[in-house]
Amino acid sequence: MKNRRFLALLPLLSLLGGCQAVLLSPSGDVALQQRNLMLISTALMLTIIIPVMALTVFFAWRYRASAKADYDPDWNHSLPLEVVIWAVPLLIIVILGALTWMGTHLLDPYRPLNRISAATPITTAQAGSTQARKEPLVIQVVALDWKWLFLYPQQGIASVNEVVAPVNQPIEFRITASSVMNSLFIPALAGQIYAMPGMQTKLNAVINHPGDFEGFSANYSGEGFSGMRFRFRGLEGNGFEDWVKAARDKGDKLGREEYLVLERPSEREPARQFGNVAPNLFDLILNMCVDRAKMCMRDMMAMDAKGGGGKEGISTVMALEYDKSVRRGGAPMPPRPFVTAICTPADVYGKGEIARASN
Amino acid sequence: MNSYPDWWKLVFGRFTLEAIPYHEPILLATFAAVAIGGLALIAVITRMKAWGYLWNEWFTSVDHKKIGIMYMVLGVVMLLRGFADALMMRGQQAIAFGANEGYLPPHHYDQIFTAHGVIMIFFVAMPLVTGLMNYVVPLQIGARDVAFPFLNNFSFWMTVGGVVLVMASLFVGEFAKVGWLAYPPLSGAAYSPGVGMDYYLWALQIAGVGTTLSGINLIATIVKMRAPGMDMMKMPVFTWTALCTNVLIVASFPVLAGTLALLTLDRYVGTNFFTNDLGGNPMMYVNLIWIWGHPEVYILILPCFGIYSEIASTFAGKRLFGYTSMVYATVVITILSYLVWLHHFFTMGSGASVNSFFGITTMIISIPTGAKIFNWLFTMYRGRIRFELPMMWLIAFMLTFVIGGMTGVMLAVPPADFILHNSLFLIAHFHNVIIGGVVFGAFAGITYWFPKAFGFKLDPFWGKLSFWFWVIGFYVAFMPLYVLGLMGVTRRLNHFEDPSLQIWFVIAAFGAVLIALGILCFLIQIAVSIQHRDRLRDVTGDPWDGRTLEWSTSSPPPAYNFAFTPVIHDHDTWADMKKRGYQRPLDGFRPIHMPKNTGAGLIISAFATICGFALVWYVWWLAALSFAAVIVMAIAHTFNYDRDFHIPAETVLREEDLRTEQLARA
Repeated sequence: MKNRRFLALLPLLSLLGGCQAVLLSPSGDVALQQRNLMLISTALMLTIIIPVMALTVFFAWRYRASAKADYDPDWNHSLPLEVVIWAVPLLIIVILGALTWMGTHLLDPYRPLNRISAATPITTAQAGSTQARKEPLVIQVVALDWKWLFLYPQQGIASVNEVVAPVNQPIEFRITASSVMNSLFIPALAGQIYAMPGMQTKLNAVINHPGDFEGFSANYSGEGFSGMRFRFRGLEGNGFEDWVKAARDKGDKLGREEYLVLERPSEREPARQFGNVAPNLFDLILNMCVDRAKMCMRDMMAMDAKGGGGKEGISTVMALEYDKSVRRGGAPMPPRPFVTAICTPADVYGKGEIARASN
Repeated sequence: MNSYPDWWKLVFGRFTLEAIPYHEPILLATFAAVAIGGLALIAVITRMKAWGYLWNEWFTSVDHKKIGIMYMVLGVVMLLRGFADALMMRGQQAIAFGANEGYLPPHHYDQIFTAHGVIMIFFVAMPLVTGLMNYVVPLQIGARDVAFPFLNNFSFWMTVGGVVLVMASLFVGEFAKVGWLAYPPLSGAAYSPGVGMDYYLWALQIAGVGTTLSGINLIATIVKMRAPGMDMMKMPVFTWTALCTNVLIVASFPVLAGTLALLTLDRYVGTNFFTNDLGGNPMMYVNLIWIWGHPEVYILILPCFGIYSEIASTFAGKRLFGYTSMVYATVVITILSYLVWLHHFFTMGSGASVNSFFGITTMIISIPTGAKIFNWLFTMYRGRIRFELPMMWLIAFMLTFVIGGMTGVMLAVPPADFILHNSLFLIAHFHNVIIGGVVFGAFAGITYWFPKAFGFKLDPFWGKLSFWFWVIGFYVAFMPLYVLGLMGVTRRLNHFEDPSLQIWFVIAAFGAVLIALGILCFLIQIAVSIQHRDRLRDVTGDPWDGRTLEWSTSSPPPAYNFAFTPVIHDHDTWADMKKRGYQRPLDGFRPIHMPKNTGAGLIISAFATICGFALVWYVWWLAALSFAAVIVMAIAHTFNYDRDFHIPAETVLREEDLRTEQLARA
């Protein structure tokens, strides 16, 4: 009776084949390997799950009260059976664990690619080899409220809500965010990785088939989250160069001031390119100091590494504040209290400190 | 807001009349329904002059049985609220394609999915599981109550306090818009400035006190109050799972309390634990919350494993296969549940070795879990299975849960998780294990122990109807989400561009309607059963031919549970007693020492809830006053020396004679 319900699900599986289940037929080699691992682990587990489901149905039917089958109310232990029921799952997990260990290391998003596809390994510079090692295309990604900014440092251009790469070209994404956590996910290309403010994550991937694919944030980030989509385009031939040239020719500027405007919350931004990008912009975003009034995290860390600023360092607090509700267009936050003066027995009203802090 | 005078802020904090969502038609209608329903309920209670009865017999009761029943009522009521949220989400996702924005704007939709998660975990699953443990554990171990009866009452009312705050957020202000685990920086003061996040924090903080204390209470009960002869390896499996669950509660809920407290400090006094700037680190929150969050799912599922074990052996009419390995499997799961938390964020950028470690530990949990499935399987083998409703839930669970287990192991492989993380595949997976495991288990448990609690069985016709609606509804609602996940659709979206996805969301919405019918049938089942209670009456106290101690006493059990504390020789205690020809003692009763009811728990919780509400709205004077009241009441309660009484031997004799008559008539 129960197993028929599963038969009823079978037509749904064929429907699945008909629709674009992007995870099952990806266009990038990394996503393909991830899919393979997913399918292998499923197959491995089905070897135990199908018998268990079949036995459940069979025992339930065979030993129903009305069947008057063998009845042994005190039978409750069997060493061989116990060994089997612990050992078989253990065995499967040993195999799966080994696969996991290897797969996780090979498909570590931080690891530079060693192949373009199953057939073409990336050639390493060897004596006698005429091929040069393919250096990855670096794309810096910033998750903004609620749009994506892609910076191409090697090309000196930037793009909003559209990212383009040549096919069979290794790509190295360096990812950060401006306000809250997001997750960069292009299902056809490779698995996702979080985008976090003040931090950088990396993703290495390659697209093998030309096409226009969907990308989005896979981690809820507030009001405009649903519209936080972008296009990922894999281009053949000179497509990528043409795209870069078009952006350069248009010459729109993206410097610090323009970035601070772009950063403000907005939804469903159309794709557009910038041909004139401040060279260290990503570095400034990552260090949370695009705004010139702010101190870069890098500098603060350098100060801290040298023992910090001591009491005098208090004066830097304002310059280190970053989270502000204006980023989200909400009601302005009350000014955060911070220390402007320190009272000491010698200086009861802290006047000396105030003077220094206001310098 | 500028039009409010200065004294307003002093008196009402940041509360303004705009905070009442009278411009939201959905909320207005809900409020009207709740208000009318509430008034009607109050009117009926007043008319029946039942306030005194409710106060004396239920609200102030320290009887673990009554508290258990109140937990169950709370869980079922909140299931209706949580499920209403689910229906609204399914409705929105089924229509919001292309030009159609649906009927829920983001600020409303985001509150709904947050509330759905919070309510279903904290205020549905937890009360149902805690309620069953509260009711059954003392009966299974031959105790007369839990170790700390007053604490039990207090724990319950603290849980209610959390519920009150979450429900208040519907009509006064708003709820959080951050997802059920409230990751910062989104949940921090800068990005969620409203009252919603503060409702979330104080509701969970207050309810968490109740949960932690109830965990301590049940551990003490199980460790110290077992009947003579019941050593650890003679405890019923449900009691074992309850013990492990409560160990998990006590070990993990303080982590939740601490994490939420740090976030509260960030929001209220401007600390920087989880902010982007000034040295804060949101990743720390994600780690901490999952160090609580992963054990939490085992807190929910372990007692259900116990329920299934009891049901398997009862309805197969057979000793549980592999009792010892079942116990070890439970303990192993308990320990391992602390070693897997990182699998919730493989995608946060940990190195490959860290990810593989947590992936593999996660898979290892499937070994003891698999062993349990086999144990239930071989319990059925050579049994004589009666397909009563609880047994049907068990079979449905076994078939459903293994699918959830399989998809769970898929998600545990880090590279596969990179493509499945946060997708609807993940949503389908955890609903597969939580509905297929916890909800089915709770319904199985309710059906199984209902005759013990009330003296009559639940009506099987409506129960079976509910069962089929639930099981089929589950598959129709969640199999499409697996498919959508494979199509690369992520969670928490309130609008879609791709029209080819719509059909799957429509199917899922239809499944949700089927589940709604399942819930309706369950409510009808309760009503019909009460109406036909005489036909469904069980006077034996043992309607299923049970095997554990709770079935040896009358249904419902007397306040003192057992006239004489039984002596235990076997983990299937009652089956063993029946086999040996147990004779009920008919005389020689002695006065029984029992704890006395007290209203202190309710009053303290009420002040704690007011304090939470005041803190949400920055009404500092009220927060200070109510907090002081909590402290004063708690201290005053320690001076209450009138805490116990003796049930006279004559009363015990009278009750036991009554049962003798009943048994003779049966």
